[in-house]
Amino acid sequence: MTLSCVVIGSGNIGTDLVNKLLRSPSLRLRALVGIDPASEGLARARALGVEATAEGVGWVERHAGEIDLAFEATSAKVHAANAPRLRQAGITAVDLTPARLGPPVVPTVNLADHLDAPNLNLITCGGQATAPIVAAVAGTCPVPYAEIVSTVASRSAGPGTRQNIDEFTRTTARSLEEVGGARHGKAIIVLNPAEPPILMRNTVFCGLPEGYDQAAVATAVEDMVAQVARYVPGYRLKGAPLFEEGPFATPGGPAAARVVTLLEVEGAGDYLPSYAGNLDIMTAAAVRVGEAMAEAKVAGVRA
Amino acid sequence: MSAAFRLTDSTLRDGSHALSHQFTVEQVGAIVRGLDAAGVPVIEVSHGDGLGGSSFNYGFSGTDERELVSAAVAATTRARIAVLLLPGIGMADDLRDMAGRGAQVARVATHCTEADIAEQHIRLAKRLGMEAVGFLMMSHMIEPGQLLAQARLMESYGADCVYVVDSAGAMTTPDVRARVGLLAERLGCQVGHHAHNNLSLAVANSLAALDVGAAQLDGCLAGLGAGAGNCPTEVLLATCDKLGLRSGVDPLRAMATAEDLVRPLRPSMGVIDRAGLLLGYAGVYGSFLLHAQRAAARFGVDVGEILLELGRRQVVGGQEDMIIDVTLGLARGQAEVPA
Repeated sequence: MTLSCVVIGSGNIGTDLVNKLLRSPSLRLRALVGIDPASEGLARARALGVEATAEGVGWVERHAGEIDLAFEATSAKVHAANAPRLRQAGITAVDLTPARLGPPVVPTVNLADHLDAPNLNLITCGGQATAPIVAAVAGTCPVPYAEIVSTVASRSAGPGTRQNIDEFTRTTARSLEEVGGARHGKAIIVLNPAEPPILMRNTVFCGLPEGYDQAAVATAVEDMVAQVARYVPGYRLKGAPLFEEGPFATPGGPAAARVVTLLEVEGAGDYLPSYAGNLDIMTAAAVRVGEAMAEAKVAGVRA
Repeated sequence: MSAAFRLTDSTLRDGSHALSHQFTVEQVGAIVRGLDAAGVPVIEVSHGDGLGGSSFNYGFSGTDERELVSAAVAATTRARIAVLLLPGIGMADDLRDMAGRGAQVARVATHCTEADIAEQHIRLAKRLGMEAVGFLMMSHMIEPGQLLAQARLMESYGADCVYVVDSAGAMTTPDVRARVGLLAERLGCQVGHHAHNNLSLAVANSLAALDVGAAQLDGCLAGLGAGAGNCPTEVLLATCDKLGLRSGVDPLRAMATAEDLVRPLRPSMGVIDRAGLLLGYAGVYGSFLLHAQRAAARFGVDVGEILLELGRRQVVGGQEDMIIDVTLGLARGQAEVPA
């Protein structure tokens, strides 16, 4: 079954998402929705043969009968205003902003729990990249404390992230608890201006309890990386997970040891350059969520 | 007579790198009393990487920095207590909490090209009634004109002072004069300089900064600090005294506090040995040193090789996790060819 969808927001993320949706077998892109008739993003979409409107969410409401799904690639503030209107129109929202109105979702961890939700939040790029690793470790043993360092190229951090870095940091940290399952989560965000721009890199530290199973943790992490890489092909380990004996007095309680996972994310280079793996992982996750909803509808029809 | 400059002592913040962030409430109380009695006007207290720095990546604090700041506020009679915050590490809530505990100065630090991520926290500091200082780290990495553009952003958010921060101790004296001089000439707010001693230039560079218009300087007692150490507070004061540059701080009392309270701590950093010098030579963030030494010992790699490779990769402050990555690469003999 195909779902009809729109992308709201004609910036870099929206444009990258349009490119990915045009390749999806189960998502049919109805339109790109912006608010500025002079937007380059709308022009780019038209050049690809996609309907593009500058009439904003009002256009979506007027075409509500033809639309199942809206990908929100604007800002947290705009999504807060759009969300009730989308809901009223019976359109499911997949939110790529840090608005956090719906449950935080990572496709490989908890998507199945939220396929019916009217609004799903994709957290942040740092959360998409690291919460699955925490969840993998937490699947083998309790994780008292998880900490991530997410470093992105300065050029790939837009004004929205910069002006709201506090919310970005907090939302990422919270996802390590809510999605990752750690008792206490901490996120550190670093912008690096090196030229040529660096690939997105993430370091995930997980505290481990007495009696943890090293082989089980390593296997769980490697399996999770492979699962995420199915929809983000440039998502990869920079080496085997590294185990270090403690003890460590973490904010989430004592940890006997820690496992350090070094990850790199290279973007697919659809519209955004390949160094912007941080943006690619968001658009790739969004498409994965939409496709899973389409699959669920098929299953629902068969049942 | 007005002071030639305002001194901020950072023994209890930048100095804590040399002690792996293990200052106790008692040590903080005693050092604050010594600095306050000497007449130091501003005393900075935080984890070495700023509020919220206690972590796997930077090292956990021995004592929660909230307790340390409260102890500092309780111990001071005249000096204002400052805290450091790096957006992306520390949070707005941390700053609110510190204001509630009596911290009066917020120093908000970003990499020298990323001033716009300081907007939220500088504005918040002003709303909380704090003095706000913008802190442009690794200022050696960009040209004076670029640094001015970033400093102007911090000024536009409400910063009362913007610092040229030589986090790697990589600046020669002409480098300092060019950057501090341009900012002092063009900004409406004050300009400060934060020096490190990797090239044995911390005091000389601080004096050069004053000469071209700096209004604020930083130091740490006994030069306690990341890498090869900071500008030694008591040496700076003694030198300024001989030059007739009055800071309102008693050099003899500062010397006594350094000797009696800081030297006995036997810090693990603060000397210009090969590694300390290499940080300044390669332009690597000073607080990487201890982490690099640990990684070198663990994986059997030369610490100098690690520091030079970090320099080639243009790693910035906060990226301590890269040390593991680089060391593992060197251990495997697979150091990536620099781009």
